[in-house]
Amino acid sequence: MSLAFKKETFRDDYTYRNSVEAIKRFPFPFPEDQYMYSVNMEPHTKGPVGAVTEFEFDVDEHYVAECEDKKITLAQDPGRYAALPHMMDAQWDFLELTMESLARDYPEQFLLTKDGNRWTWENRPLNIKTSFVFGDAKTLEMEPFEFMGRQVQGDFVLLDQREGTLFADAGIVTSQADWSLAFNAGMSWNEWHGPVPQVTKLGVMDRALKYLLSLQLGSPVRRLNWTMTINPRLDTSPENYPHWGGDRNLVTAENAGQKVHLRVELQTLFRLPRSNAMMFSIRCYLISMEELATFPRWAKRMHRVLKGLHPDLVEYKGITKYREATLKWLSKHDDGAELGIGTQPE
Amino acid sequence: MSQLNLTVAAIEQVTPLVKHFTLMSADGSSLPAFSGGSHVVVAMNIDGRTHRNPYSLMGSPANTSAYHISVRLQEHSRGGSQFMHEQVKVGSALQVTYPVNLFSLAKRAHKHLLIAGGIGITPFMSQIEDLRRLGSNFELHYGYRSPEHAAFADSLKQRCGDLAHFYADSAGQRMNLQTLFSQQPLGTHVYVCGPNAMVVAVIETARALGWPENHIHSEQFTAPSAGQPFNLRLAASNMEIVVPADMSMLEAIEAAGVDAPYLCRGGACGRCELEVISADGSLAHHDHYLTEAEKASGKKILPCVSRANCSHVEVNI
Repeated sequence: MSLAFKKETFRDDYTYRNSVEAIKRFPFPFPEDQYMYSVNMEPHTKGPVGAVTEFEFDVDEHYVAECEDKKITLAQDPGRYAALPHMMDAQWDFLELTMESLARDYPEQFLLTKDGNRWTWENRPLNIKTSFVFGDAKTLEMEPFEFMGRQVQGDFVLLDQREGTLFADAGIVTSQADWSLAFNAGMSWNEWHGPVPQVTKLGVMDRALKYLLSLQLGSPVRRLNWTMTINPRLDTSPENYPHWGGDRNLVTAENAGQKVHLRVELQTLFRLPRSNAMMFSIRCYLISMEELATFPRWAKRMHRVLKGLHPDLVEYKGITKYREATLKWLSKHDDGAELGIGTQPE
Repeated sequence: MSQLNLTVAAIEQVTPLVKHFTLMSADGSSLPAFSGGSHVVVAMNIDGRTHRNPYSLMGSPANTSAYHISVRLQEHSRGGSQFMHEQVKVGSALQVTYPVNLFSLAKRAHKHLLIAGGIGITPFMSQIEDLRRLGSNFELHYGYRSPEHAAFADSLKQRCGDLAHFYADSAGQRMNLQTLFSQQPLGTHVYVCGPNAMVVAVIETARALGWPENHIHSEQFTAPSAGQPFNLRLAASNMEIVVPADMSMLEAIEAAGVDAPYLCRGGACGRCELEVISADGSLAHHDHYLTEAEKASGKKILPCVSRANCSHVEVNI
């Protein structure tokens, strides 16, 4: 597969745009007009050709620009990467999983050769070529998790399983929807899900945890999560709130089409072999309301979901300030026609 | 769940009752890496019925060319261990699950105290490889009936040196848990795998000495026990089946063509838990997973090892 990587930015002048093909493959998350939390996990099996779920890790036209943005964020704030010492086996598991997947699924871009424990990794889009000894961290320029975490789109958290729960004991987090690695590092499942509204009542988190604790090697799972972001900004972190929080006050019914973005996270969970830890990946896809509306079905659905969203979720997702303006913009694209169940664009 | 197709590459009679099987992938490809303490579930077709038994992986987790399991011939075998001992030959094909770890090492422990009884040595074989690779502080205490039943003792002596301690029951050698635990530094985690009495003794001794609950780790796979037959209604599948005397509930559900979740098949992990909608008598819980209160409520059951002392049960699957 040949991939043309775009030159674009996720900050300052925000030149990020989706191509027609990228819009068409956007992981639109709403099969119905009403949205509520559920344990919406499914096996992370191979999706249709061209879909974001075709491979274990999706590499798309934004790959180079996203890795560049990640680099900027990490340079400004090295605390976006953290790993506790007992996670070193999980770090190597992560490196192996990502290198093997990318080399297998994108052979024109990534190359992995092994001579016993001596591995050679070539990342053509990012112009990286290096040899190292698998299992010997001194032979890499940085820790194995950070090394590969910088070369895959999305955020990654490595979870240690102990005492009947999961602990976020390592992470590389640069494109988060308003949560902080520095705040969550070392926390258990129930601690970091504490602020999520509605879910305790529904028992969603307990059931999800039980399901995840028995997640099996070779049977990864995925789910979609979503929120909204003003401007195509990956780094909407609490640390950098002053750089993006105020943008929410600038949305009008006129500019909502360009400014307001649906932010969909493709979250996957893999059991890691040597460490028995788990890898949680959060891959962010951004699409403006204008791009979304190139498919009328999606604009109608988006309008209805946003209109009927539970007030707690409006608040939790930080949509309150610009919800009215966005609804106004979307309402022009909704004729009220009934939509069948499903997330397809047409 | 994901399965691997393996071929038996070698069989070694380790003790009069224990056989060691070396398994390799049927197509020569490398096997998934795993972590110390993992097991696989081996599927066996015995007289037209599928039996699935869990066995610990004993080899080095770093070695992905072969898996190693050991099977003790059980006196009251439901057929599984007998099948492995008598029917399985070099070249036999076996289907096994991907490795699952319900007995993983606590990576932040300051010291690991491993207590094994008999065939319970098997999960420690791979754990010891991880501990040695990581340079962790550990001690092994291994008890067995008599020297001729001391599976892998020579290899353990060689690999662990002074860190391994051996106790032959026939020679009157007994572990003094009280003394042993009292000498451990703060931050020690204890792991036990062996006969039920040993597991209970270790847990109770550690608790009595005030060890934190999350520093005590045990693994026990219970074989499904036979019992009286009963009728089982599968509500979501809208089916009425019979669980025969010599089959587990889970096996009967599977035999009826209903896809039921499972991981360990030994009452340890809780993955197969089913909601009990009704029962016209009492349930016979044999698992190590549900709390006493949950067992008493009669609302949940682990069909891999538990059954019923009544004539009709309805579960939600």
